[in-house]
Amino acid sequence: MILNCKHVWREISNYIDGDLDPSVRASMEKHLAHCRHCAAILDSTRNIVYLIADERTFALPSGFSERLHARLESELEKSEPAGR
Amino acid sequence: MDGQPLTEAEMISRIVAGERELFHALIKPCERAVFLTAYSVLKSEADAEEVVQEAVLKAYKALGSFRGESKFSTWLVKITLNEARMRLRRSRSESEVSLQELMDDGDGDYTPAVLTDWREIPSEALDRKELREILQQALDELPEKYREVLISRDVRGMNIQETAHLLGISEGMVKTRLFRARLLVQKMLAPDFLTRGWKGTKG
Repeated sequence: MILNCKHVWREISNYIDGDLDPSVRASMEKHLAHCRHCAAILDSTRNIVYLIADERTFALPSGFSERLHARLESELEKSEPAGR
Repeated sequence: MDGQPLTEAEMISRIVAGERELFHALIKPCERAVFLTAYSVLKSEADAEEVVQEAVLKAYKALGSFRGESKFSTWLVKITLNEARMRLRRSRSESEVSLQELMDDGDGDYTPAVLTDWREIPSEALDRKELREILQQALDELPEKYREVLISRDVRGMNIQETAHLLGISEGMVKTRLFRARLLVQKMLAPDFLTRGWKGTKG
């Protein structure tokens, strides 16, 4: 199977997730081996996915947990037991 | 207590039986997941935080109806998602809603950007606030339905099936939206780095 650049872009996300038929994967790899443009898009997309998965990128706001538990504390005091 | 940590089910039955304080420990491991879920809809830390507080209180009040068919965290995240979506609906005008709806899941005529600068940014670079803000901003600019999928899948690390279940869409739809979201973010990040050059802004 010969894939053009557009086909490759469509499958980049599935490729990153390892969610491709072996034959499609092989065709993609063949394309990527000689197309620097698509290889750059794959690498940068994969790098971005890796960076946004890092806990530092979307950390909880400072004091989030303390405020949540303080609010909970005050509400629990005046509330009925859970689920009643 | 015999020193063994309580199971989730044990904790829940004891909370329902009156040990309210245990609820703090029950929600503790879910905090990041619920925050990110609310944030994925509202893209405001302050709004997300308020919604999380409301959702957690709602979950407390409804805990007696929790049947343990899913994990507690899954249930709490679902409540949070619904709360966040309700708040969003209340806050935005009809015109914005219809604009969102108009954006379909078709392929469009999409061309990714060539972005060599982003190929090898090491995770250590995330110690720099500037990089974190650029990534956050890119996600904020995504249409809601793409951001929800991207945050569930890539930020929270849920699998395709879990994401589909949470968002109430098919697995195929998750994959389509994920593909769009990832490539849109990749493309959005391009101009910034092509003009400024990541490597040139060290310090």
